[in-house]
This record gives sequence, structure tokens and C-alpha cells, in this order.
Amino acid sequence: MNNNLYKYILGIADNSLILGQRLGELCGHGPSLETDIACTNISLDLFGQVRSYYQYAAKVIGDGRTEDDIAMLRKEREYVNVLLVEQPNTDFAYTIGRQFLFDVYHYLLLNKLQNSHDLTLSAIAKKSIKEVSYHQRFSTDWVKRLGDGTEVSHQKMQEAIDGLWTYTDELFHQTEADKIMVSEGVGVDVTSLKEQYYAIVSKILEDATLKTPESKWFQKGGKQGIHTEHLGYLLSDLQYMQRAYPNMEW
Amino acid sequence: MSEEQIKLEAERSRSLEDQFEARIARDEKIEPKDWMPEKYRKTHIRQMSQHAHSEIVGMLPEGNWITRAPSLRRKVALLAKVQDEAGHGLYLYSACETLGVSRDELYEQLHSGKAKYSSIFNYPTITWADMGAIGWLVDGAAIINQVPLCNTSYGPYARAMIRVCKEESFHQRQGYEIMIKLANGTPEQKEMAQDALNRWWWPSLMMLGPTDDVSVHTEQSMKWKLKRKSNDDLRQQFIDQTVPQADLIGLTIPDSDLKWNEERKSYDFGEINWDEFWQVVKGHGPMNKERMKARVGAWERGEWVRDAAMTHAKKKQKQAV
Repeated sequence: MNNNLYKYILGIADNSLILGQRLGELCGHGPSLETDIACTNISLDLFGQVRSYYQYAAKVIGDGRTEDDIAMLRKEREYVNVLLVEQPNTDFAYTIGRQFLFDVYHYLLLNKLQNSHDLTLSAIAKKSIKEVSYHQRFSTDWVKRLGDGTEVSHQKMQEAIDGLWTYTDELFHQTEADKIMVSEGVGVDVTSLKEQYYAIVSKILEDATLKTPESKWFQKGGKQGIHTEHLGYLLSDLQYMQRAYPNMEW
Repeated sequence: MSEEQIKLEAERSRSLEDQFEARIARDEKIEPKDWMPEKYRKTHIRQMSQHAHSEIVGMLPEGNWITRAPSLRRKVALLAKVQDEAGHGLYLYSACETLGVSRDELYEQLHSGKAKYSSIFNYPTITWADMGAIGWLVDGAAIINQVPLCNTSYGPYARAMIRVCKEESFHQRQGYEIMIKLANGTPEQKEMAQDALNRWWWPSLMMLGPTDDVSVHTEQSMKWKLKRKSNDDLRQQFIDQTVPQADLIGLTIPDSDLKWNEERKSYDFGEINWDEFWQVVKGHGPMNKERMKARVGAWERGEWVRDAAMTHAKKKQKQAV
């Protein structure tokens, strides 16, 4: 059993799980049929990736846990997603802002993860990056539409970016397990992605006539399992069936 | 216009109509730019938009369980299914647009309560087993309604229905598979499955429409191949097909009058509560208000987004010029 590898996989997969769950909340409630379909599609992609990661994690941990146990039966403090992805669907600008700020990171991460010495992770990255490249195009287009749309949409999009900005720095933090996996050529050194990330994000925000926030006050904690108050509620939905009807097959 | 001209015009129109009916009788497809009687156009807009609205409103009861699906596999399948429904809505609205009515106008009719959608979606989904029951029974009944429409006379509708039916048939198997798993599971799971069947059985029978003696649209619709069998025939077909499926997994159809009729080679069944049906159709079902509130709410909350997209597109167009 490789505990660091297990933790490393969760560090990537939990982000997709929680973001996929957030997007799933929107199904049927989007501003148009097209955006509804797109958000559901992204959610589907993310859950597909989650399944590959957790199935692999279950194999790595090798104690009989299944993908569903890992997804749905951990305690809140054991989820290691970044705070960004658990933020609520305040409005469509927040949904898009959260997606955009995550997609740019996600693409850079997978791009490097394709070269992982771990063949399973590399294969998942190769498959997922095609999907994530579409996600990034979708969210980028919408940031531009809303940013450079009407006065109202501009203001809402700026508010969302300003509100979510505080959660971006954490994307580039490393846990102990991350460092060990990087040293073994399995993991991606996320600190090396930071400069490029902010350059891409700023350029797109500029194209969208939006300001890149200047605040240097950042939140962190997700990677240590210290979350915002939002996560608990998300987990009560996610875990409801597994908790209410334990040890059953569905 | 002289009397002579009026007479000529009437003859011309009668001859167009005769040719039109002859084309349908020869099983030719009517395409958007072809001449068609106004009533044909209106009837098709009504039926196709009702169908589209049903897909869109139908996303809500199932969307209700996406965040709580019991396993990742089920969650992915449910998401995909609800997404399919959005897709069906999208191309059915597009089919309506070929007859000169915009999606916005149709939404307006839905939101104002002028347009109807399938009443079944005004029932609540209160347990996970409802996801199984909806797939198995509601999609099952929908397929029975829709398969004949793959040969309907209006081309865009017929072609849309071919794809819709393929996907619906997949959903139906998926729903039945959820029920199989529950019925073979723990006593608690089996009870959940039986309870869902009890609640969804009768509304599913009602889904196939009022009995033939009170159904208003049947005769004309038959002629245009918008309908190939009567409501009562479709209902019988649904029952005959579904009862053995329930038997197979050890669930009981909640109808004490249900029994095989050897002479008719069909099941006899009990009285349907049509008062309940009309109550729900008229807007007083358990979830009518909530469903409309959700749809109207999403539309209103999305207004600034749609405005932004339009404004942005115009700016880009200007820049391109």
C-alpha cells in the first residue's frame, strides 16, 4: 500500500468530485437550455474522471474500500479538495467564475500529469485533458460574454471574480504527500504552474474587460481538510443514501 | 375580388388540401417549406411544444435526485439521462421553430400556464426508487406513445422522434435495472421499490391520455399520423407489457382488479381515478406550482445572462464589420 500515492490521487480527484456535485445541483435550472446542457456535461465529465481516480485509489489502498466508499463515506475533515470548488452556485457569474478559475489550473495540471511516471495517472490525464480543454473554452467564452456584455453582467462577473479570487492561491500549495510524489516523478509540482496560471487568467480577464483583483489575502485549508461552512451541506446530500442505507448495493 | 376569383381561390385551396392529404396517405413526409393547412401547422406546434415542455419540466423531478444518487455509477447515469431530456427538449423546440414559432414564444406559453406538459411530472420524487419507477414506467409509457410517431407525417418531428425513442428506450431499461437491483436487495430496498410502484403506477396509466370516448384530438390526429392507436389501445399495450416485468422481479401492481383475460389475451384492470387526472391537468396536482415556479424562476434569473450573451454577440459582430 502506498499511502502517499493514495493521498495524492484524492488531492486531485476530490476537486472534480466536489465541483461535479456543485454543477449537478444546477441541472434543470440554468439560464438557457444550452448552458444547462453544457454545465451538466461538465459535471458528467468530472464524475467520469472521479470514478477513474477513485477506482485507482481503491486499488492502491487495497483494503476493500470501493470508489463509492471513498466518494461518500469519508468525514468532512477527510476531503482534501480546494476551497474554490466547494463555493456555492451564488448566481451564474459565480458558477462561471468558479469554473474558469478552476479550469485554467486543471488544464495546466493535467498537461503535466500526462508525463507522470505512474502509468494509470498518466492515462487518466491523457483522457481527461481533452474534456478539460472543452471546459476551459466554455468557461472562458462565458467570462468574456458576461464581462464584455451588459453593464449588469459586467458588474456581476467582476463581483464573482473578486469574491472567488481569495481561493486561487491554494491551488498551488503542496502537501507533504504531494512533495513526495513530485520527488518520485509521479506528481506534478503545482508551484511551477502558478506564474503561468495567473498570466493566462489575467489575459482573459483583460479580454473580458474585467480587472484582475489586486488583493493578496488568500484563503487556504482545503488541502488539510479544513473547509468553508459550505462543504458540510454539500456532503449531506452527497452522502445521504450511503449513510441512511449503509452496506447496500444500488 | 370578384365572385369568380373567390370561387377560383377556394378551388385552388381545396385542390392544395386534397394534394396534401394525398401525400400523407402515400406516406410522404411533409417538410417545413411545403404547403400545409393552417390547422396542421397549429396542431403540430401544439403537440410538439407540449412534448418539448414535458421534456424540460421532466428534468426537474429527476434532477431532484442527482445530488443524492446512491453511487457514482448511478449519479453519472442519472446526469446523462437528465441531459438527454434537455437534448430532446432542444430539438423538439427546434422542430417547432421550423413551423415559424420561436422558443421564447413557446416558453412564454409554458410559463403563463397556457401550454400543457405531461401531468406525470407534477408528482413528487421522494425516494431513490422513484428514479427507477420513472424510468421503468413513465419512460415506458412515453415510448408506447412515441414509437408510432417515428412514422408521423411531419418530417422534422418524425426524425426527432427516432432519436428520442432510441434514448428513451435506453432510459427505460436503466430504470427497470434500478428496480431489479432494489427488488433483489434488502427488505428495506424492496419496500422502497414497491412503494414507488404503488405511487407511480396509476399516474403512468393516466399518462396515456383520457379514455377514447372523451379524447378530443384523436380523429384528426389519426389522419395526419400524429396518432396511430387510440389512448385505450396504448394503455392496454402498456399494461400487458409491464405486468410481466413486475412479476419477474417480485413486485405487485397496486390494482386488485388486475387479472389476465384469456379470451382477450390481455389484462383486465381496475377503474382509473379520472378525477385525480383532471385535478392535476387543471393545475392542482401535488407539484404543479413548484414545477412552474422552478421553470419561471430559472428563466427570470437567467434573463441578465441571455441579455449579456446577445449584447456581446452584437459587439463582436460590429467589430467584425
